[in-house]
Amino acid sequence: MQWASWSAFFNMGGYAFYVWVSFGLTLLCVVWEVLALRKRSAQALRLSRLLAQE
Amino acid sequence: MKINWFKYSSPQTFYPLAEKMIPWFAWLAAILAVAGLYISFVMAPTDFQQGEAYRIIFVHVPAAWMSMVIYIVMAAWAGLGLALNARLSAMMAQALAPTGAIFTLLALVTGSLWGKPMWGAWWVWDARLTSELILLFLYLGFIALQSSIDDPRRADRAGALLALVGVVNVPIIYFSVKWWNTLHQGSSINMGAAPKMAATMLLGMLLMALAFWMYTVAVALMRVRCIMLERERSADWVKALSLGAKS
Amino acid sequence: MNDAWLIILKRDLLLAFRRRSDVATTLFFFLIVSSLFPLGVGPEVAVLSSIAPGVLWVAALLAGMISLNRLFAADFTDGSLEQMLIAPQPLALLVLAKILAHWLVCGLPVVLLAPLIGLQYALPNDALLVLVWSLLLGTPTLSLIGAIGAALTLGVRGSGLLVALLVLPLYIPVLIFGAGAVAASQHGMSAQAHLSLLAACSLLSLVLAPLATAAALRISVE
Repeated sequence: MQWASWSAFFNMGGYAFYVWVSFGLTLLCVVWEVLALRKRSAQALRLSRLLAQE
Repeated sequence: MKINWFKYSSPQTFYPLAEKMIPWFAWLAAILAVAGLYISFVMAPTDFQQGEAYRIIFVHVPAAWMSMVIYIVMAAWAGLGLALNARLSAMMAQALAPTGAIFTLLALVTGSLWGKPMWGAWWVWDARLTSELILLFLYLGFIALQSSIDDPRRADRAGALLALVGVVNVPIIYFSVKWWNTLHQGSSINMGAAPKMAATMLLGMLLMALAFWMYTVAVALMRVRCIMLERERSADWVKALSLGAKS
Repeated sequence: MNDAWLIILKRDLLLAFRRRSDVATTLFFFLIVSSLFPLGVGPEVAVLSSIAPGVLWVAALLAGMISLNRLFAADFTDGSLEQMLIAPQPLALLVLAKILAHWLVCGLPVVLLAPLIGLQYALPNDALLVLVWSLLLGTPTLSLIGAIGAALTLGVRGSGLLVALLVLPLYIPVLIFGAGAVAASQHGMSAQAHLSLLAACSLLSLVLAPLATAAALRISVE
């Protein structure tokens, strides 16, 4: 275990901003990509349902 | 047991197969990511030169690896699609490109977040960052070409040819950028290439890279399903599927 | 087979000669871009001569690129491109004739004009000589790679900007070796290695680019 306390962990030896922004942005990209693809798939299905009902 | 692989190359049969595969890859990605994050934040020791800022490497290096792997895999699918005239291969290439571009962008952004405390500048023209930037241009070119051609068949094949031309050029570009960098005496700290990297650090990076890889497979399968739905909008199987799906 | 090759080359050169304004556009573009830099950077001789290799090479890159759209567009609209596709001669060879014509019309004039502009940037004589050699060895690669981009974007909306996005990243090695050759000679080093690498790039693209361009044309026209 490298960390004395939770606050030391969040502080990252003074580099908190750089470390957490890096990992946060990665997480954000992953979440955004998955949500965007779900929306895209739902939209495609809705459109072909409209086509099918015509 | 003999499996008829060609059966799975039609969108109609691949669509439900992909649906079954996605959760597996997604869970694998999640488990590997948790293990990788545990190693990179709890087990890996503090670097005596770079302090805690070096932990950015656990996301930067895997993202940079994946950005290159995805380009090569994309070109392989594209080449296969061109050679066998297989629609599914071309769709896979198309589905991989945005994820590759995102990883390239992440490698650039995390690289500059690492560079600011280490080099004192947000951007340094070192060989690694510069080639990553050029890779981003290659991805953007591929995506732009495919999206500006209306006929999907032509878009597939033109994109495939561009990806192949790109993959032939990537080593030459990489070599030239490296050469340019040594001539101009770039940075002295080399990112990620620490001479005596602890085994735990390497393990953390490998686990994170594997997590990204599994994530890429899951997301590419999700995107290829979207592409199938959009392209075969008026096909009977899509219509039946859309009526069956809950609104 | 040689006949068809020569006929295409002669025809393209004749067409270019009839529409001399196209050639002039490329040259003026090169001239204007490279004249803008001293106005933007300031007239100090030391600064100008240190940025000269990069500026002149980037200007040459852009000048070669703006004319790429015309490489196949006219043949595409009047149908002669389809004739070439079904001709008994290998398409890659016919394409090579067109690329050669493009280089003679758009690349060679830039090579010949470059030393004059190099004088404005206070380049010494031996650096000027290396500049001409590097452009002579490097610009054929630009035409060859550019042809692939032009063929891929044939008849696509917004193809002018698209071709830049596709082709410019692939031009980077030529830029590095070309500008590097001039910079090396400025610093009193031998430019031999740079020039050899430029020649190697040209030879490699001479073999591969016509094949890729031919494949791209079949995809775009079919």
